[in-house]
Amino acid sequence: MFKTSQLVSTFAVAGLTLFGAQAAHAQIVKIDGSSTVYPITEAVAEDFQKAKKNAVKVTVGISGTGGGFKKFCRDEIDISNASRPITAKEMEDCKAAGVEYVEMPIAYDALTIVVNPKNTFLKQATIEELKKLWEPAAQGKITRWNQVNPAWPDAPVKLFGAGADSGTFEYFTEAVVGKAKSSRGDYTASEDDNVLVQGVARDINAIGYFGYAYYAENMSRLKGLPIVNPKTGKAVEPSGANVENASYQPLSRPIFIYVKQKSLEKPEIREFVEFYMKNADQLVREVKYVPLPKAIYDSNVKHAKDKKVGSVFGGKNEIGITVEEIMKREAKM
Amino acid sequence: MNSMTTEQIRALIARGKMKDTIFQALGIICLAIGLLVIFLLVGDMLIRGLERLNLDFFFQYASRRAAQSGILSAWVGSLLVMLVTAVAAVPLGVAAGIYLEEYARRNWVTDIIEINITNLAAVPSIVYGLLALGIFVYAFGFGQSILSAGLTLALLILPIVIVATREAIRAIPAMIREGSMAVGATRWQTCRYHIIPYSMPGILTGVIIGLARAIGETAPIITIGALTFIAFLPPVPFTATGVDGATAGLFDWVMSPFTVMPIQIFNWTSRPDPAFEANAAAAGFVLMGMVLSMNGLAIWLRYRMRKNIKW
Repeated sequence: MFKTSQLVSTFAVAGLTLFGAQAAHAQIVKIDGSSTVYPITEAVAEDFQKAKKNAVKVTVGISGTGGGFKKFCRDEIDISNASRPITAKEMEDCKAAGVEYVEMPIAYDALTIVVNPKNTFLKQATIEELKKLWEPAAQGKITRWNQVNPAWPDAPVKLFGAGADSGTFEYFTEAVVGKAKSSRGDYTASEDDNVLVQGVARDINAIGYFGYAYYAENMSRLKGLPIVNPKTGKAVEPSGANVENASYQPLSRPIFIYVKQKSLEKPEIREFVEFYMKNADQLVREVKYVPLPKAIYDSNVKHAKDKKVGSVFGGKNEIGITVEEIMKREAKM
Repeated sequence: MNSMTTEQIRALIARGKMKDTIFQALGIICLAIGLLVIFLLVGDMLIRGLERLNLDFFFQYASRRAAQSGILSAWVGSLLVMLVTAVAAVPLGVAAGIYLEEYARRNWVTDIIEINITNLAAVPSIVYGLLALGIFVYAFGFGQSILSAGLTLALLILPIVIVATREAIRAIPAMIREGSMAVGATRWQTCRYHIIPYSMPGILTGVIIGLARAIGETAPIITIGALTFIAFLPPVPFTATGVDGATAGLFDWVMSPFTVMPIQIFNWTSRPDPAFEANAAAAGFVLMGMVLSMNGLAIWLRYRMRKNIKW
């Protein structure tokens, strides 16, 4: 009889804990969002868990910047990875759900235009040339290199670019064509950047674009194309140094994490954010992105402490924003 | 009737045999193509992933460094999700199959149910994912947990289990049922002592083949929000959780966040660092191994249990 009652009570306890389980998992830092920001946050999460000897658990998902903000504004996650500033629509959603957040720029990404290493005629390109190649009007018409620039050979152009759901696509079209999401459709599109890397590496007439990290890891089989900065008129190579000194423009973009204000009241989240900012410089470099000056990381921590909620971008995605400009705005906050 | 000479008859037979040989050769070629593709795939994954296939690979969490990255959280997650799937789908599917074969009257309601089950088997898996996102994740509040994923995949394989159960029951000769009834057994007694035991090999085969399909599913799991980076395992029942000295309950693990093998593989193939390709290949090989051993288990079980049935 004793055994039976013990069994019954075990099941009763089990039943209770089944639905009371969320409380026991309080110390999970939940992060989701952009695949571009993912490698940085993943590196921080890995090291943070090791440093805390697994007392705090961190999970990181990839739902894309938009998908991440949806979850963030439904109050499901603590931190949202974002490869662009929060939009006006998302700000409204968050407000409606009572979610306040601290915006933290964490690194720079450089959209890199790449060609095949055997391509000898392309030494540099201007934004106008890229626009001629990628704008919607080019669809089906601009199919040979000499149609863009008469100095280039009469050979077919093979285009490789980001899929329409990615933040990379949004930024590239806005920076090059002048309008977000406006692009020709007859090119090889993939959400998986490795498909683009292989495509360009195999075809001598190929040109493609993707985040700097994919170029940095595949420099032996790709050639990064210097892009003429419209302000200075000088061709600038895609490199960490040129992003830092703000000469690689307008294809550099800041990337962010958004931290929920309510979560910052929990010690483990505050610790995670402080750990993030303290180690950002080294970890950002390790995963081949471009770190921001220490002052910005410091001001992120300060904003978390002072509960400075909101965005300095006013719901707009701006092109060619420099490190200095971000610092100025962060300071004003 | 025109009489045929012996030569004509011989020529007719020879033509027939010739066609026979041609068809046989064609069949063998088709079979060989299928097998060749499988061997090439598995072989290619093995060669590219061989350097990473060691014990550490199975007992390390994913990491940003390819060489220190392992599949611990992925294979544990996959197995636990499969456990929930089996626990949910087997009783439901088997009971539904038995009801349809043994109890249901033949009328238009049963016909509609049957048509629906057949149709359900053809619904793309992403649709199940969307359904589950609305029902399990939000309406029931299970969140992005092993429970949600297991129930989603249970829905996905339910038609397979039901169809397998019905096929297995239909294969039992009518005389068994009639004999049982003749000595005064009720319908339930007939099911309990004859129908279920005799159809067990077929049911188990169906269940395992269903699970083998479910373990490779990615789309519905991504939809309900499986994670990409997770460097801890679900809580083991009755061990410390690390929160104020509390211990984990028997079923706490079902509410835990998780990842599964296909998602881990997908993540590794899409990373900038080419070194992760070896990890993806190795993990793909392990997943293939899991699927093949499940299918092997199904064949072995069927063989063992059929041997014990003596009518």
